[in-house]
Amino acid sequence: MLQLPIYLDNHATTRTDPRVLEAMLPYFTEWFGNAASRNHSFGWVAEEGVEKARKQLADLIGASAKEIVLTSGATESNNLALKGVAEMYAQKGNHLITVATEHKAVLDTCKRLEKHGCRVTYLPVREDGLVDLQQLRDSITDQTVLVSVMYGNNEIGTVQPIREIGKICREKGVLLHTDGTQAVGKIPVNVNDDNIDLMSFSAHKMYGPKGVGALYVRRKNPRVQLTAQMDGGGHERGFRSGTLNVPGIVGFGKAAELCRESLSEEMTRMSAMRDRLKDTILAELDEVYINGSLEHRLPHNLNISFAYVEGESLLMGINDIAVSSGSACTSATLEPSYVLKALGAGDELAHSSIRFGVGRFNTDEEIDYTARKVIDVVRKLRELSPLYEMVKEGVDLRKVEWAAH
Amino acid sequence: MAYSNKVLDHYNNPRNVGSLDKKDPRVGTGLVGAPECGDVMKLQIQVNPATGMIEDAKFKTFGCGSAIASSSLATEMLKGRTVDEALEIRNTQIVSELSLPPVKIHCSVLAEDAIKAAISDYKSKNGAAPRATAERTA
Repeated sequence: MLQLPIYLDNHATTRTDPRVLEAMLPYFTEWFGNAASRNHSFGWVAEEGVEKARKQLADLIGASAKEIVLTSGATESNNLALKGVAEMYAQKGNHLITVATEHKAVLDTCKRLEKHGCRVTYLPVREDGLVDLQQLRDSITDQTVLVSVMYGNNEIGTVQPIREIGKICREKGVLLHTDGTQAVGKIPVNVNDDNIDLMSFSAHKMYGPKGVGALYVRRKNPRVQLTAQMDGGGHERGFRSGTLNVPGIVGFGKAAELCRESLSEEMTRMSAMRDRLKDTILAELDEVYINGSLEHRLPHNLNISFAYVEGESLLMGINDIAVSSGSACTSATLEPSYVLKALGAGDELAHSSIRFGVGRFNTDEEIDYTARKVIDVVRKLRELSPLYEMVKEGVDLRKVEWAAH
Repeated sequence: MAYSNKVLDHYNNPRNVGSLDKKDPRVGTGLVGAPECGDVMKLQIQVNPATGMIEDAKFKTFGCGSAIASSSLATEMLKGRTVDEALEIRNTQIVSELSLPPVKIHCSVLAEDAIKAAISDYKSKNGAAPRATAERTA
Protein backbone atom coordinates (compact mmCIF):
# COMPACT_ATOMS: atom_id res chain seq x y z
CA MET A 1 0.00 0.00 0.00
CA LEU A 2 1.44 3.32 -1.06
CA GLN A 3 1.66 5.76 1.82
CA LEU A 4 1.82 9.50 1.25
CA PRO A 5 3.79 11.70 1.62
CA ILE A 6 6.82 9.96 0.14
CA TYR A 7 10.22 10.82 1.55
CA LEU A 8 12.88 11.23 -1.15
CA ASP A 9 15.11 13.79 0.55
CA ASN A 10 17.66 11.40 2.02
CA HIS A 11 20.56 13.83 1.47
CA ALA A 12 18.94 16.17 3.97
CA THR A 13 18.47 13.50 6.57
CA THR A 14 17.38 9.89 6.86
CA ARG A 15 14.84 8.07 8.95
CA THR A 16 16.41 6.50 12.01
CA ASP A 17 16.45 2.75 11.44
CA PRO A 18 14.21 1.06 14.04
CA ARG A 19 17.11 -1.29 14.89
CA VAL A 20 19.22 1.78 15.68
CA LEU A 21 16.52 3.23 17.91
CA GLU A 22 16.21 -0.08 19.72
CA ALA A 23 19.93 -0.08 20.47
CA MET A 24 19.74 3.48 21.80
CA LEU A 25 16.72 3.24 24.07
CA PRO A 26 18.27 1.59 27.16
CA TYR A 27 20.89 4.34 27.27
CA PHE A 28 18.26 6.94 28.08
CA THR A 29 16.57 5.49 31.12
CA GLU A 30 18.50 2.43 32.30
CA TRP A 31 22.15 3.00 31.40
CA PHE A 32 22.04 6.75 31.63
CA GLY A 33 25.49 7.24 33.15
CA ASN A 34 28.09 9.75 32.10
CA ALA A 35 30.74 7.96 30.08
CA ALA A 36 33.35 10.02 31.89
CA SER A 37 32.30 8.77 35.34
CA ARG A 38 35.13 6.43 36.21
CA ASN A 39 34.11 5.33 39.68
CA HIS A 40 30.77 3.56 39.31
CA SER A 41 29.00 1.07 37.13
CA PHE A 42 26.68 3.64 35.53
CA GLY A 43 29.73 5.32 34.03
CA TRP A 44 31.37 2.03 33.06
CA VAL A 45 28.31 0.79 31.19
CA ALA A 46 27.98 4.08 29.32
CA GLU A 47 31.68 4.01 28.45
CA GLU A 48 31.36 0.45 27.19
CA GLY A 49 28.53 1.50 24.90
CA VAL A 50 30.60 4.39 23.55
CA GLU A 51 33.69 2.24 22.98
CA LYS A 52 31.69 -0.40 21.15
CA ALA A 53 30.26 2.31 18.92
CA ARG A 54 33.70 3.78 18.31
CA LYS A 55 34.84 0.36 17.09
CA GLN A 56 31.77 0.00 14.85
CA LEU A 57 32.48 3.41 13.32
CA ALA A 58 36.17 2.63 12.83
CA ASP A 59 35.32 -0.69 11.16
CA LEU A 60 33.07 1.01 8.64
CA ILE A 61 35.90 3.24 7.37
CA GLY A 62 38.92 0.98 7.92
CA ALA A 63 40.27 3.02 10.82
CA SER A 64 41.20 2.12 14.39
CA ALA A 65 38.87 3.07 17.23
CA LYS A 66 41.38 5.52 18.72
CA GLU A 67 41.23 7.57 15.53
CA ILE A 68 37.54 8.41 15.97
CA VAL A 69 36.72 11.74 17.67
CA LEU A 70 33.02 12.00 18.48
CA THR A 71 31.30 15.32 17.84
CA SER A 72 27.83 16.81 17.52
CA GLY A 73 27.74 16.31 13.75
CA ALA A 74 29.61 16.81 10.52
CA THR A 75 29.44 20.61 10.72
CA GLU A 76 31.35 20.53 13.98
CA SER A 77 33.75 17.93 12.57
CA ASN A 78 34.48 20.13 9.56
CA ASN A 79 35.05 23.13 11.80
CA LEU A 80 37.36 21.15 14.07
CA ALA A 81 39.35 19.70 11.17
CA LEU A 82 39.91 22.96 9.33
CA LYS A 83 40.34 25.33 12.25
CA GLY A 84 42.23 22.73 14.28
CA VAL A 85 44.75 22.07 11.50
CA ALA A 86 45.11 25.74 10.54
CA GLU A 87 45.89 26.65 14.13
CA MET A 88 48.14 23.68 14.89
CA TYR A 89 50.20 23.97 11.70
CA ALA A 90 50.32 27.78 11.56
CA GLN A 91 54.12 27.66 11.88
CA LYS A 92 54.37 25.46 8.79
CA GLY A 93 52.11 27.53 6.56
CA ASN A 94 48.82 29.34 6.22
CA HIS A 95 47.44 28.09 2.91
CA LEU A 96 44.40 25.83 2.50
CA ILE A 97 42.87 24.42 -0.67
CA THR A 98 39.22 23.53 -1.06
CA VAL A 99 36.58 23.38 -3.79
CA ALA A 100 33.78 25.74 -4.83
CA THR A 101 31.12 23.02 -4.47
CA GLU A 102 31.89 22.13 -0.84
CA HIS A 103 29.24 22.28 1.86
CA LYS A 104 28.86 25.62 3.65
CA ALA A 105 30.29 24.03 6.79
CA VAL A 106 33.61 23.91 4.95
CA LEU A 107 33.29 27.07 2.84
CA ASP A 108 32.19 29.33 5.67
CA THR A 109 34.85 27.89 7.96
CA CYS A 110 37.40 28.78 5.27
CA LYS A 111 35.96 32.29 5.05
CA ARG A 112 36.43 32.65 8.79
CA LEU A 113 40.02 31.40 8.55
CA GLU A 114 40.71 33.96 5.83
CA LYS A 115 39.70 36.68 8.28
CA HIS A 116 42.31 35.28 10.65
CA GLY A 117 45.15 35.47 8.16
CA CYS A 118 44.87 32.21 6.22
CA ARG A 119 44.94 32.10 2.45
CA VAL A 120 42.41 29.82 0.81
CA THR A 121 42.27 28.58 -2.78
CA TYR A 122 38.76 27.66 -3.95
CA LEU A 123 39.19 25.30 -6.87
CA PRO A 124 36.55 25.41 -9.59
CA VAL A 125 34.97 22.20 -10.86
CA ARG A 126 34.53 20.91 -14.37
CA GLU A 127 31.12 20.72 -16.02
CA ASP A 128 30.61 17.25 -14.51
CA GLY A 129 31.31 18.54 -11.00
CA LEU A 130 34.71 16.90 -10.60
CA VAL A 131 37.92 18.68 -9.63
CA ASP A 132 40.80 18.83 -12.07
CA LEU A 133 43.64 16.87 -10.45
CA GLN A 134 46.36 18.76 -12.29
CA GLN A 135 44.91 22.06 -11.17
CA LEU A 136 44.80 20.78 -7.61
CA ARG A 137 48.41 19.65 -7.80
CA ASP A 138 49.48 23.01 -9.22
CA SER A 139 47.71 24.88 -6.43
CA ILE A 140 49.77 23.26 -3.67
CA THR A 141 52.56 25.54 -2.45
CA ASP A 142 55.17 25.23 0.29
CA GLN A 143 52.73 27.17 2.47
CA THR A 144 49.88 24.67 2.00
CA VAL A 145 48.93 22.77 5.14
CA LEU A 146 45.58 21.24 4.21
CA VAL A 147 43.50 20.17 1.24
CA SER A 148 39.79 19.71 1.95
CA VAL A 149 37.67 18.03 -0.73
CA MET A 150 34.31 16.42 -0.04
CA TYR A 151 33.88 12.76 -0.86
CA GLY A 152 30.35 12.85 -2.30
CA ASN A 153 28.46 16.04 -3.00
CA ASN A 154 25.25 16.70 -1.07
CA GLU A 155 23.44 18.30 -4.02
CA ILE A 156 24.65 16.63 -7.18
CA GLY A 157 26.07 13.42 -5.70
CA THR A 158 29.38 13.76 -7.51
CA VAL A 159 32.05 11.48 -6.05
CA GLN A 160 35.47 13.11 -6.18
CA PRO A 161 38.62 11.08 -6.90
CA ILE A 162 39.66 11.14 -3.24
CA ARG A 163 42.18 8.32 -3.57
CA GLU A 164 44.09 10.17 -6.30
CA ILE A 165 43.81 13.46 -4.43
CA GLY A 166 45.18 11.67 -1.35
CA LYS A 167 48.11 10.39 -3.38
CA ILE A 168 48.97 13.91 -4.52
CA CYS A 169 48.69 15.21 -0.95
CA ARG A 170 51.00 12.45 0.35
CA GLU A 171 53.51 13.18 -2.33
CA LYS A 172 53.47 16.89 -1.49
CA GLY A 173 53.42 16.37 2.26
CA VAL A 174 50.12 18.13 2.94
CA LEU A 175 47.17 16.79 4.90
CA LEU A 176 43.92 15.71 3.25
CA HIS A 177 40.57 16.29 4.92
CA THR A 178 37.40 15.02 3.31
CA ASP A 179 33.80 15.72 4.22
CA GLY A 180 32.46 12.18 3.99
CA THR A 181 28.97 13.02 5.23
CA GLN A 182 27.10 11.85 2.12
CA ALA A 183 29.47 9.03 1.18
CA VAL A 184 30.20 7.11 4.38
CA GLY A 185 27.79 4.21 4.75
CA LYS A 186 26.62 4.61 1.15
CA ILE A 187 29.73 3.64 -0.84
CA PRO A 188 32.96 1.92 0.23
CA VAL A 189 35.20 4.43 2.02
CA ASN A 190 38.52 3.29 3.46
CA VAL A 191 40.78 5.87 5.05
CA ASN A 192 43.92 3.86 4.30
CA ASP A 193 43.17 2.88 0.70
CA ASP A 194 41.95 6.42 0.04
CA ASN A 195 44.92 8.20 1.68
CA ILE A 196 42.67 10.23 3.97
CA ASP A 197 44.10 12.04 7.02
CA LEU A 198 40.91 13.56 8.40
CA MET A 199 37.30 12.75 7.60
CA SER A 200 33.99 14.18 8.85
CA PHE A 201 30.84 12.11 8.89
CA SER A 202 27.46 12.14 10.53
CA ALA A 203 24.95 9.69 12.02
CA HIS A 204 21.72 11.12 10.68
CA LYS A 205 22.73 10.74 7.03
CA MET A 206 23.14 6.99 7.52
CA TYR A 207 19.93 6.04 9.35
CA GLY A 208 21.24 7.09 12.75
CA PRO A 209 20.05 9.87 15.06
CA LYS A 210 20.62 13.61 14.62
CA GLY A 211 23.09 15.50 16.76
CA VAL A 212 26.02 13.10 16.59
CA GLY A 213 28.95 12.91 14.23
CA ALA A 214 32.60 12.01 14.09
CA LEU A 215 35.95 13.22 12.88
CA TYR A 216 38.45 10.59 11.85
CA VAL A 217 41.94 11.80 12.81
CA ARG A 218 44.85 9.72 11.49
CA ARG A 219 47.23 8.57 14.22
CA LYS A 220 50.14 7.29 12.16
CA ASN A 221 51.78 7.91 8.79
CA PRO A 222 51.36 10.78 9.44
CA ARG A 223 50.18 11.46 12.97
CA VAL A 224 47.74 14.35 12.59
CA GLN A 225 47.65 16.96 15.32
CA LEU A 226 44.81 19.36 15.95
CA THR A 227 44.22 22.32 18.19
CA ALA A 228 40.97 21.70 20.06
CA GLN A 229 38.23 24.22 19.33
CA MET A 230 36.09 23.37 22.35
CA ASP A 231 37.68 23.78 25.75
CA GLY A 232 36.54 21.99 28.84
CA GLY A 233 36.92 18.65 30.54
CA GLY A 234 39.34 17.21 27.99
CA HIS A 235 37.04 14.53 26.58
CA GLU A 236 37.91 12.70 23.37
CA ARG A 237 41.64 12.74 24.18
CA GLY A 238 41.51 16.49 24.46
CA PHE A 239 40.27 16.99 20.89
CA ARG A 240 36.69 17.80 21.85
CA SER A 241 35.48 18.57 25.34
CA GLY A 242 31.88 18.05 26.33
CA THR A 243 29.90 15.22 27.90
CA LEU A 244 29.39 12.46 25.38
CA ASN A 245 25.95 12.00 23.84
CA VAL A 246 25.91 8.34 24.82
CA PRO A 247 22.55 7.24 23.34
CA GLY A 248 23.33 9.12 20.12
CA ILE A 249 26.79 7.61 19.87
CA VAL A 250 25.45 4.09 20.51
CA GLY A 251 22.93 4.68 17.73
CA PHE A 252 25.64 6.03 15.43
CA GLY A 253 27.66 2.86 16.02
CA LYS A 254 24.70 0.61 15.32
CA ALA A 255 23.89 2.58 12.17
CA ALA A 256 27.49 2.15 11.00
CA GLU A 257 27.34 -1.60 11.63
CA LEU A 258 24.10 -1.93 9.64
CA CYS A 259 25.54 0.08 6.75
CA ARG A 260 28.70 -2.03 6.71
CA GLU A 261 26.75 -5.30 6.69
CA SER A 262 24.51 -4.33 3.79
CA LEU A 263 26.71 -1.90 1.88
CA SER A 264 27.02 -3.71 -1.45
CA GLU A 265 23.43 -4.93 -1.45
CA GLU A 266 22.15 -1.43 -0.64
CA MET A 267 24.31 0.20 -3.29
CA THR A 268 22.75 -2.09 -5.88
CA ARG A 269 19.23 -1.42 -4.62
CA MET A 270 19.72 2.38 -4.39
CA SER A 271 21.17 2.73 -7.86
CA ALA A 272 18.42 0.51 -9.28
CA MET A 273 15.72 2.75 -7.79
CA ARG A 274 17.57 5.90 -8.80
CA ASP A 275 17.94 4.64 -12.39
CA ARG A 276 14.32 3.57 -12.52
CA LEU A 277 13.30 7.12 -11.63
CA LYS A 278 15.78 8.69 -14.04
CA ASP A 279 14.95 6.41 -16.97
CA THR A 280 11.19 6.84 -16.63
CA ILE A 281 11.50 10.62 -16.54
CA LEU A 282 13.97 10.77 -19.43
CA ALA A 283 11.79 8.49 -21.55
CA GLU A 284 8.79 10.81 -21.28
CA LEU A 285 10.12 14.36 -21.06
CA ASP A 286 12.31 16.37 -23.41
CA GLU A 287 14.84 19.00 -22.33
CA VAL A 288 15.70 17.34 -19.05
CA TYR A 289 19.30 17.61 -17.85
CA ILE A 290 21.14 15.53 -15.27
CA ASN A 291 23.42 17.71 -13.15
CA GLY A 292 26.82 16.24 -12.32
CA SER A 293 28.69 13.17 -13.52
CA LEU A 294 26.54 10.07 -13.92
CA GLU A 295 29.55 7.80 -13.75
CA HIS A 296 31.18 9.21 -10.60
CA ARG A 297 28.06 9.56 -8.52
CA LEU A 298 26.55 8.42 -5.25
CA PRO A 299 24.14 5.56 -5.99
CA HIS A 300 21.20 7.25 -4.28
CA ASN A 301 21.46 10.70 -5.85
CA LEU A 302 19.60 12.16 -8.79
CA ASN A 303 19.72 15.88 -9.54
CA ILE A 304 17.73 16.93 -12.58
CA SER A 305 16.92 20.24 -14.22
CA PHE A 306 13.59 20.46 -16.03
CA ALA A 307 14.18 23.27 -18.48
CA TYR A 308 11.55 26.07 -18.64
CA VAL A 309 9.96 24.99 -15.34
CA GLU A 310 10.79 26.77 -12.10
CA GLY A 311 11.79 24.47 -9.24
CA GLU A 312 9.58 25.79 -6.48
CA SER A 313 6.47 25.66 -8.64
CA LEU A 314 7.36 22.06 -9.45
CA LEU A 315 7.74 21.24 -5.74
CA MET A 316 4.32 22.78 -5.19
CA GLY A 317 2.82 20.44 -7.74
CA ILE A 318 4.42 17.35 -6.23
CA ASN A 319 3.63 18.33 -2.68
CA ASP A 320 3.08 14.76 -1.55
CA ILE A 321 6.71 13.97 -2.36
CA ALA A 322 9.49 15.37 -0.17
CA VAL A 323 12.44 16.49 -2.30
CA SER A 324 14.45 19.70 -2.55
CA SER A 325 15.29 22.21 -5.24
CA GLY A 326 18.25 24.40 -6.20
CA SER A 327 15.80 27.16 -7.07
CA ALA A 328 16.40 30.53 -5.48
CA CYS A 329 12.82 30.64 -4.25
CA THR A 330 13.41 27.66 -1.98
CA SER A 331 16.57 29.05 -0.38
CA ALA A 332 16.81 31.43 2.53
CA THR A 333 19.15 33.70 0.58
CA LEU A 334 16.98 33.88 -2.57
CA GLU A 335 20.07 32.83 -4.52
CA PRO A 336 20.02 29.76 -6.74
CA SER A 337 22.27 26.87 -5.75
CA TYR A 338 25.96 27.84 -5.80
CA VAL A 339 26.83 24.21 -6.47
CA LEU A 340 24.84 24.13 -9.71
CA LYS A 341 26.15 27.56 -10.66
CA ALA A 342 29.69 26.22 -10.21
CA LEU A 343 28.99 23.67 -12.95
CA GLY A 344 28.63 26.62 -15.32
CA ALA A 345 25.28 25.50 -16.70
CA GLY A 346 23.63 28.89 -16.18
CA ASP A 347 21.37 30.13 -13.43
CA GLU A 348 18.20 29.14 -15.26
CA LEU A 349 19.04 25.45 -14.93
CA ALA A 350 19.71 25.93 -11.22
CA HIS A 351 16.25 27.49 -10.85
CA SER A 352 14.78 24.43 -12.56
CA SER A 353 16.55 21.74 -10.58
CA ILE A 354 15.19 19.07 -8.28
CA ARG A 355 17.28 16.83 -6.04
CA PHE A 356 16.02 13.34 -5.34
CA GLY A 357 17.72 11.28 -2.66
CA VAL A 358 16.55 7.67 -2.40
CA GLY A 359 17.08 5.72 0.77
CA ARG A 360 16.85 2.42 2.58
CA PHE A 361 13.12 2.73 3.22
CA ASN A 362 11.96 3.64 -0.28
CA THR A 363 10.15 1.17 -2.52
CA ASP A 364 9.80 0.71 -6.28
CA GLU A 365 6.14 1.61 -5.93
CA GLU A 366 7.08 4.99 -4.46
CA ILE A 367 9.58 5.55 -7.25
CA ASP A 368 6.95 4.81 -9.90
CA TYR A 369 4.43 7.14 -8.26
CA THR A 370 7.06 9.88 -8.07
CA ALA A 371 8.12 9.52 -11.70
CA ARG A 372 4.49 9.65 -12.87
CA LYS A 373 3.69 12.69 -10.78
CA VAL A 374 6.82 14.60 -11.78
CA ILE A 375 6.15 13.95 -15.48
CA ASP A 376 2.53 15.13 -15.19
CA VAL A 377 3.38 18.29 -13.27
CA VAL A 378 6.29 19.23 -15.54
CA ARG A 379 4.00 18.87 -18.56
CA LYS A 380 1.36 21.03 -16.91
CA LEU A 381 3.87 23.72 -15.94
CA ARG A 382 5.39 23.75 -19.40
CA GLU A 383 1.93 24.50 -20.78
CA LEU A 384 2.06 27.50 -18.45
CA SER A 385 5.61 28.46 -19.35
CA PRO A 386 6.24 31.38 -21.72
CA LEU A 387 9.80 30.11 -22.16
CA TYR A 388 8.68 26.69 -23.37
CA GLU A 389 6.28 28.37 -25.79
CA MET A 390 9.01 30.66 -27.11
CA VAL A 391 11.41 27.77 -27.63
CA LYS A 392 8.73 25.79 -29.47
CA GLU A 393 8.21 28.86 -31.70
CA GLY A 394 11.91 28.76 -32.52
CA VAL A 395 13.02 31.71 -30.35
CA ASP A 396 16.60 31.48 -29.07
CA LEU A 397 16.19 32.44 -25.40
CA ARG A 398 19.83 33.49 -25.13
CA LYS A 399 19.25 36.17 -27.77
CA VAL A 400 16.26 37.72 -26.02
CA GLU A 401 17.02 40.92 -24.15
CA TRP A 402 15.65 40.13 -20.73
CA ALA A 403 14.93 42.81 -18.19
CA ALA A 404 16.87 41.33 -15.28
CA HIS A 405 15.44 42.41 -11.96
CA MET B 1 6.74 27.61 3.34
CA ALA B 2 2.99 27.38 3.65
CA TYR B 3 1.01 28.89 0.79
CA SER B 4 -2.27 30.73 1.25
CA ASN B 5 -5.37 28.98 -0.04
CA LYS B 6 -5.77 31.64 -2.71
CA VAL B 7 -2.26 31.05 -4.04
CA LEU B 8 -2.93 27.31 -4.07
CA ASP B 9 -6.23 27.85 -5.85
CA HIS B 10 -4.64 29.95 -8.61
CA TYR B 11 -1.73 27.50 -8.89
CA ASN B 12 -4.02 24.49 -9.16
CA ASN B 13 -6.60 26.21 -11.38
CA PRO B 14 -4.80 29.01 -13.15
CA ARG B 15 -7.23 31.43 -14.88
CA ASN B 16 -6.79 32.64 -18.43
CA VAL B 17 -3.74 30.61 -19.39
CA GLY B 18 -2.77 30.97 -23.01
CA SER B 19 -1.69 33.34 -25.71
CA LEU B 20 -3.32 35.97 -27.89
CA ASP B 21 -2.06 36.88 -31.35
CA LYS B 22 0.63 39.41 -30.61
CA LYS B 23 0.38 40.82 -34.16
CA ASP B 24 -3.26 41.77 -33.68
CA PRO B 25 -3.44 45.59 -33.23
CA ARG B 26 -6.02 45.13 -30.46
CA VAL B 27 -3.53 43.05 -28.45
CA GLY B 28 -0.86 44.39 -26.11
CA THR B 29 1.89 42.05 -24.91
CA GLY B 30 4.11 42.43 -21.87
CA LEU B 31 7.08 40.14 -21.26
CA VAL B 32 8.93 40.84 -18.03
CA GLY B 33 11.50 39.12 -15.84
CA ALA B 34 14.46 36.99 -16.84
CA PRO B 35 15.11 33.23 -16.85
CA GLU B 36 18.29 33.57 -14.78
CA CYS B 37 16.30 35.38 -12.10
CA GLY B 38 13.85 32.49 -11.93
CA ASP B 39 10.74 34.25 -13.18
CA VAL B 40 9.37 35.38 -16.52
CA MET B 41 5.80 36.58 -17.06
CA LYS B 42 4.05 37.04 -20.36
CA LEU B 43 0.80 38.93 -19.99
CA GLN B 44 -1.47 39.93 -22.86
CA ILE B 45 -4.54 42.11 -23.08
CA GLN B 46 -7.06 42.42 -25.88
CA VAL B 47 -8.76 45.81 -26.03
CA ASN B 48 -12.05 46.66 -27.65
CA PRO B 49 -11.13 49.58 -29.94
CA ALA B 50 -14.59 51.13 -29.66
CA THR B 51 -14.82 51.21 -25.89
CA GLY B 52 -11.19 51.05 -24.71
CA MET B 53 -12.30 48.16 -22.51
CA ILE B 54 -10.07 45.13 -21.91
CA GLU B 55 -12.13 42.24 -23.24
CA ASP B 56 -9.68 39.45 -22.76
CA ALA B 57 -6.42 38.81 -20.89
CA LYS B 58 -4.08 35.82 -21.03
CA PHE B 59 -0.87 34.88 -19.27
CA LYS B 60 1.94 32.40 -19.21
CA THR B 61 4.43 32.40 -16.35
CA PHE B 62 7.72 30.69 -15.58
CA GLY B 63 8.19 31.14 -11.87
CA CYS B 64 7.25 30.00 -8.42
CA GLY B 65 3.68 29.32 -7.33
CA SER B 66 3.25 32.88 -6.09
CA ALA B 67 4.39 34.29 -9.44
CA ILE B 68 1.91 32.04 -11.25
CA ALA B 69 -0.86 33.07 -8.86
CA SER B 70 0.00 36.79 -9.15
CA SER B 71 -0.21 36.74 -12.93
CA SER B 72 -3.32 34.57 -12.93
CA LEU B 73 -5.00 37.04 -10.56
CA ALA B 74 -3.79 39.97 -12.68
CA THR B 75 -5.62 38.62 -15.74
CA GLU B 76 -8.81 38.40 -13.69
CA MET B 77 -8.41 41.96 -12.48
CA LEU B 78 -7.76 43.27 -15.98
CA LYS B 79 -10.86 41.95 -17.68
CA GLY B 80 -13.67 44.50 -17.85
CA ARG B 81 -11.48 47.48 -17.03
CA THR B 82 -10.53 50.24 -19.41
CA VAL B 83 -6.88 50.60 -20.25
CA ASP B 84 -6.63 53.67 -18.03
CA GLU B 85 -8.32 51.90 -15.12
CA ALA B 86 -5.94 49.00 -15.59
CA LEU B 87 -3.00 51.34 -15.09
CA GLU B 88 -4.28 51.97 -11.60
CA ILE B 89 -3.78 48.36 -10.51
CA ARG B 90 -1.08 48.23 -7.83
CA ASN B 91 1.02 45.31 -6.68
CA THR B 92 -0.20 45.89 -3.12
CA GLN B 93 -3.70 44.84 -4.20
CA ILE B 94 -2.26 41.55 -5.43
CA VAL B 95 -0.28 41.12 -2.20
CA SER B 96 -3.34 41.52 -0.03
CA GLU B 97 -5.66 39.49 -2.24
CA LEU B 98 -3.22 36.52 -2.27
CA SER B 99 -1.85 37.09 1.27
CA LEU B 100 1.69 36.99 -0.10
CA PRO B 101 4.49 36.87 2.49
CA PRO B 102 7.28 39.51 2.32
CA VAL B 103 9.67 37.25 0.36
CA LYS B 104 7.06 36.93 -2.38
CA ILE B 105 6.25 40.61 -2.84
CA HIS B 106 8.56 40.73 -5.87
CA CYS B 107 6.11 38.35 -7.61
CA SER B 108 3.36 40.96 -7.32
CA VAL B 109 5.73 43.72 -8.47
CA LEU B 110 6.52 41.66 -11.53
CA ALA B 111 2.80 41.23 -12.24
CA GLU B 112 2.29 45.00 -12.02
CA ASP B 113 5.25 45.47 -14.37
CA ALA B 114 3.70 42.96 -16.78
CA ILE B 115 0.38 44.86 -16.79
CA LYS B 116 2.19 48.13 -17.50
CA ALA B 117 4.31 46.54 -20.21
CA ALA B 118 1.24 45.06 -21.94
CA ILE B 119 -0.58 48.40 -21.85
CA SER B 120 2.45 50.28 -23.08
CA ASP B 121 2.79 47.83 -25.98
CA TYR B 122 -0.88 48.26 -26.81
CA LYS B 123 -0.58 52.05 -26.69
CA SER B 124 2.53 52.18 -28.83
CA LYS B 125 0.79 50.00 -31.43
CA ASN B 126 -2.17 52.34 -31.47
CA GLY B 127 -0.56 55.74 -31.12
CA ALA B 128 -0.19 57.61 -27.85
CA ALA B 129 -3.93 58.04 -27.31
CA PRO B 130 -5.75 54.75 -27.70
CA ARG B 131 -9.21 56.35 -27.77
CA ALA B 132 -8.33 58.53 -30.74
CA THR B 133 -7.17 55.43 -32.56
CA ALA B 134 -10.40 53.74 -31.66
CA GLU B 135 -12.43 56.56 -33.11
CA ARG B 136 -10.46 56.53 -36.32
CA THR B 137 -10.89 52.83 -36.91
CA ALA B 138 -14.56 52.88 -35.89
